[in-house]
Amino acid sequence: MEFNKDQASVSENKSQDPNPRFAFEGCSVLLDVNDGDRLVFARLSGGAILKIGNKNYSLKPLIGAPFGSLFQVENGEEGSFLSRILPVKQENNSNNVIDDSRDNRELVDNNEAQSLTGEEIEAMRREGAKGDEIIEALIANSKTFDKKFQFSQEKYKLKKQKKYAPKLLLRRPFARSICEAYFKKYPSRIGFIRVDALSLLLTMANVTAYSDVLVVDMVGGLVTGAVAERLGGTGYVCNAYKGKYPYSVEMVRMFNFSDKVIERIVQSSISELSSPASSEENNQQEVVYNAEININEPSTSDMVVEEISVTAEATVVGAVAPECKIIKAPKAGAKASKEAIQMWRENGFSSLIIAAQDQDPWSVAKDVLPLLSYSAPFAIYHQYLQPLATCMHNLQQEKMAINLQITEPWLREYQVLPSRSHPHMQMSSFGGYVLSGIRISTTS
Amino acid sequence: MLPTESKKALSFKRYIEDGDLVIVYERHDVMKPVVVSKNGVLQNRFGVYKHSDWIGKPLGTKVFSNKGKFVYLLAPTPELWTLVLSHRTQILYIADISFVVMYLEVVPGCVVLESGTGSGSLSTTLARAVAPTGHVYSFDFHEQRAESAREDFEKTGISSLVTVEVRDIQGQGFPEKLSGLADSVFLDLPQPWLAVPSAAKMLKHDGVLCSFSPCIEQVQRTCEVLRSDFIEIRTFEVLLRTYEVKEVKVDTSSMVGESHDEDNGGSRPCKRKHRSNEEGNISQDNDSSTTTSVVMARPCSEARGHTGYLTFARLQCLS
Repeated sequence: MEFNKDQASVSENKSQDPNPRFAFEGCSVLLDVNDGDRLVFARLSGGAILKIGNKNYSLKPLIGAPFGSLFQVENGEEGSFLSRILPVKQENNSNNVIDDSRDNRELVDNNEAQSLTGEEIEAMRREGAKGDEIIEALIANSKTFDKKFQFSQEKYKLKKQKKYAPKLLLRRPFARSICEAYFKKYPSRIGFIRVDALSLLLTMANVTAYSDVLVVDMVGGLVTGAVAERLGGTGYVCNAYKGKYPYSVEMVRMFNFSDKVIERIVQSSISELSSPASSEENNQQEVVYNAEININEPSTSDMVVEEISVTAEATVVGAVAPECKIIKAPKAGAKASKEAIQMWRENGFSSLIIAAQDQDPWSVAKDVLPLLSYSAPFAIYHQYLQPLATCMHNLQQEKMAINLQITEPWLREYQVLPSRSHPHMQMSSFGGYVLSGIRISTTS
Repeated sequence: MLPTESKKALSFKRYIEDGDLVIVYERHDVMKPVVVSKNGVLQNRFGVYKHSDWIGKPLGTKVFSNKGKFVYLLAPTPELWTLVLSHRTQILYIADISFVVMYLEVVPGCVVLESGTGSGSLSTTLARAVAPTGHVYSFDFHEQRAESAREDFEKTGISSLVTVEVRDIQGQGFPEKLSGLADSVFLDLPQPWLAVPSAAKMLKHDGVLCSFSPCIEQVQRTCEVLRSDFIEIRTFEVLLRTYEVKEVKVDTSSMVGESHDEDNGGSRPCKRKHRSNEEGNISQDNDSSTTTSVVMARPCSEARGHTGYLTFARLQCLS
């Protein structure tokens, strides 16, 4: 497969490749500052700006760059800017660590170790010194650096690098990275679904190409987006809602979905899906309109997980909105067609995922489970155990499902370094509960 | 097992036909894969089931034996398959499997390389994720295992999505013809560090690698090698805690204060059964004591404590 960096073909990439590998103008990107210290979603445009430390940087250099490229702050005549760096191959230099006899016994915390002053550092910057050069100067002027244990030296360098030579990694937004970023920054918006719980939902519900997946997504569109990603423009993901108004799925916009995928994201009210007749669909029209606006008007809240300056948002409106009008891109969350609804009424959905915050899972499940075809698997997420336990008990009592199980995934990350491997000191101790099962026929 | 075109989607295939693979479900821990054939019979401790009774019935229904006992017939899914497949090797389980697919960023159309094939537990889920247009290339150095895996993939109907080859990936690396084509690579090898350089060659830039190892020493060595070509190197352990749900009768009477006319001189250290002659100040409708039925959940006492460490890394972008 060949990729072309110039603008024209890059935008074609958007619709053809399910797995775009270059950042194009107008696409949604995830920016990883200093190796996961900070994650920011942004939409790339000429005027988009990211603030790192106390300075603003234009995101323009990112347009056309391959995902996975690394950028570093550089100081030039017209101020600081982001510049792509190609990493140098690191040599293995890890085997002699244990023999190091230095330790930190003489380290005294009296603030006199560094002889370089803040003004002097700022002067270096103004003269266009690179971040690495500043770090070298800091080390040279540190009275204690040489006495430190090797591990402490590495830590010192890393700390200074983050401050004086911040690095920015350009990443593709995927269900994985979107979930992780939200879980880290705003977990309540996604109902505290950790990435391992999300992966479990998709697996337990057997989400695959050509399946018709019913979701009850009250977690901002995270589940809807993750399902659509797995469908790859086939089948359907239908977001069912109680009452009059569809749930917002604005997070879907962060996925960079092609039109083909977007077309497969639809919504319908539970009562409409459940009603046996097929002729009472007219009264839903205005509601639908509502949902579409929700998803497609760039709103102020969904662009950014973390702070991005107002300028970035302003330009986003300018860059994306007209495009929508001219090309008439299909809209995520359009109302499910009559044909589709009819088909689901006859055949049932092939999987179900419920992630309904602040809802009683049993009340939702007893209404939507009958919409599944027999033998179809389902997965219900909740951040509290008790309502899921009650739901499981009721499903058993009513003989609606088998293979029922409540599971809680447990995730621990490790630091792996020569002679220093251990679990991370901080971990997330909770990522949510999942009730899974298989719908069965109650008549025999 | 996987719908390769829209007409074969599960929601359209509701009736059992001759030649179908079904999962016979007795209990959550007793299941069996069966290929339906007109003259076939299934025998278990509940009696004899004739396949001919099954044909034409919808999936997900009960079928009865000659003794009137029933089992359920289910459509196979990669999850059910993982529970019923024959273990030729130690296999990966659902927590690891689902996390791997998510973290490897596998979506429809992706090309994924895997070694070893083992019992094909992960391969089946990978095939589901790359379907309908992607492909899984799976390698195992064990001739017989590869053959059995091929037979299984034929049986589950995913052979068009998975190619199994006999090859020693640690010794020979992945075949040159796949160079630069892989979106993701999965390694489950005793010495994964030997295969890392070859895996790096196979990956597209920004592609993701995962290595599964039970021992931390393996992880240590793998990470050392990964650092020369990969970034975002992260190691995880994923486990599942399962819960038991039961309806339990609990005594809801208060320890003090409910029996005012009786002895309320001092607090009693022990719980005492209340008699029914407490003239209905509690609305429960039982005779001997104030008990209520409550649905409660608690973690199962036993669980898998360790499967393996999952190390993920992303190929550095050098161009």
